[in-house]
Amino acid sequence: MNDDRDLIFSNIRKALEPLPERAPYPEWDAEMPICREHPEFAERWDLYAYKLQQVNGTPLRGLKALGEWLVAAGQTFGYCDPKLVDEVRAEPAFAGITLETEFDRARVDEYLFGITLASGAIAETGTVILKDKETSARLGALAPWTHVAILRPERLLASTAEAIASLGDDPSVIWATGPSKTADVEGILIEGVHGPGTQICCLV
Amino acid sequence: MTPTKTQQSIDKFARDIDAEVHDSVWGGAKKTSEARYAALERDFPETADKLRETAGKIKQHTLENLDKYLAQAEASLQANGAQVHFARDGDRANEIILDIMKQAGATRMVKAKSMVSEETELAHFLEKNGMSCVETDLGEFIVQIDHDHPSHIVKPIIHKNRRQIAKSFEREGLGEYDDDPETICRRARKFLRDKFLHADVGLTGANFVSAESGRLTIVTNEGNARFCMAANRVHIAIVGIEKLVPTDRDLGLLLNLIGRSGTGQQLTVYSQFIKGPRTEGQPHGPEEMHVVFVDNKRTEVLATNCRDILRCIRCGACLNVCPVYRQASGHAYRSVYPGPVGAVLSPLLAGSRFPELADLPKASSLCGACNEVCPVNIPIPDLLLRLRDKAKREGAKKASAGTPGMGMYALLASQPTAWRGAMSMGKAMNMTPPAVMNIVPAAAAWQSARQLPPWRGGKFRSWMKTRKHAHDA
Repeated sequence: MNDDRDLIFSNIRKALEPLPERAPYPEWDAEMPICREHPEFAERWDLYAYKLQQVNGTPLRGLKALGEWLVAAGQTFGYCDPKLVDEVRAEPAFAGITLETEFDRARVDEYLFGITLASGAIAETGTVILKDKETSARLGALAPWTHVAILRPERLLASTAEAIASLGDDPSVIWATGPSKTADVEGILIEGVHGPGTQICCLV
Repeated sequence: MTPTKTQQSIDKFARDIDAEVHDSVWGGAKKTSEARYAALERDFPETADKLRETAGKIKQHTLENLDKYLAQAEASLQANGAQVHFARDGDRANEIILDIMKQAGATRMVKAKSMVSEETELAHFLEKNGMSCVETDLGEFIVQIDHDHPSHIVKPIIHKNRRQIAKSFEREGLGEYDDDPETICRRARKFLRDKFLHADVGLTGANFVSAESGRLTIVTNEGNARFCMAANRVHIAIVGIEKLVPTDRDLGLLLNLIGRSGTGQQLTVYSQFIKGPRTEGQPHGPEEMHVVFVDNKRTEVLATNCRDILRCIRCGACLNVCPVYRQASGHAYRSVYPGPVGAVLSPLLAGSRFPELADLPKASSLCGACNEVCPVNIPIPDLLLRLRDKAKREGAKKASAGTPGMGMYALLASQPTAWRGAMSMGKAMNMTPPAVMNIVPAAAAWQSARQLPPWRGGKFRSWMKTRKHAHDA
């Protein structure tokens, strides 16, 4: 075991030793990887909503819109982060919807949706950011067919570069850009492979 | 086409390939290449090449300082509460993983996609040792139930169509024959969901590792890597030592590149940044995290003049754009890594078995498309030439199949009189029927798909002579 470590390091040094010089780290501007600008969107949220729709995600504004969307989709039973549940239940549009605040693994396929907090979002890519410390249950955000990320407006970031800078010390940060998908079968797009088939980001 | 002795192995694959497989591979590769161009045009119009070049320099810098960055990554991961292991080769990596499972009292593994685990044949090894190991990427799952091999780095079943998949599902008891792609996916979701929920261990690879923070970056579209870190107690990541980048900031650049290069997406659906076991208070996810850094001949490659190939981020863009890959499919490369990257990497990783794969660097017209699309700007055509040279020097027989001997040419080209004689004799070829010329095997191989143009040799020399006289006059 330790032999392997020593062997690998010694082989690396031996391999690099004959090099007359080592390639330097290139200088590069943090702005460089930022994608094409979209001046047609006045507000950051509008760009975000456009980008999320491009990857077949669903942007919604306000809990009323969310409640109506879930009722219309017939999704009236789901999981909700205990820290968000009072705020969600207070919205009259959720009157016919049952929320559970404990995710029961034995009934994993009964939850039609899961509502958790978005630690952030990225406007230029339509991405939702989920940090482990702010996600009440990993399975609640992953297993149900519909995942709803509740986004506070001040947490909407402009670019992936900003999002990288804000990774912090969380052990597990997930960027989710649209619903789970595959094109393994003949290149045909199918959504909802293992993760959510519907990805909603709701601005509250 | 009639078979000839002198054809290269890859030509034989291309000749004998099933028509359905050919159409699947050709169409799939072309479609993905086009998606890549569309993503470029849409999202990265001005900076596209600058991004590739910068990413290439970052990876090259990392490789040439690998001792420093590998030690830094190890320290960072340990500080985050992860356990770090080192494996000199594939066998050692497999043993380490088996040992981790035994110590954790684990018997069931769910596994996300990892090319290095294909190198070590991890799944076979674990099953031989009494563990269950289920591939959870849809394509890899189908490869596993078919006892097949992936034929593409990103799209492992690019060579299969829906009818073949539906038959496999029927055979495995996943339902009656139904070749609707949506039905196929739903059945896989249901079957694998149960595996995820009952697994002890989730195994993933890593696309990038930041030395600064120890963060493993793992990208998937299906969400299976997320599920390999949700319901199970232990997470193991198997990672080639070349996957490092110096800082988190570099991750942002490379993530922008890998999505569009691999599948034409601005970002892959899930990008995960994992640097340790689950956080306190989180009810789900692994309490234990292990990272196994694998050499498996990478340090040997680092010592060669082809070390640039270790920049590769396994996006598959060079496969999709390659005219040879499109015709021959991935299995023609007879190794874990197909396509242009495989033509360089596979013979190098083969070690003493280099001669068996020495023909792969020749399976290229050196058109350069692979270099043009490469997100880390690897000069693949240059590396192919270096490997052709190596094969020639080492006298690898496979490298000379289909190539006429150049000894005669060298003799003629260095003797003006002999050259003039050969030029005038060349005219005799115009009067020789092609069938007679086919006595020479190389000529037969060449003529089997092409027509020899009429000989016009010597024209330049006579033109030059006339021109010189005109000048003097």
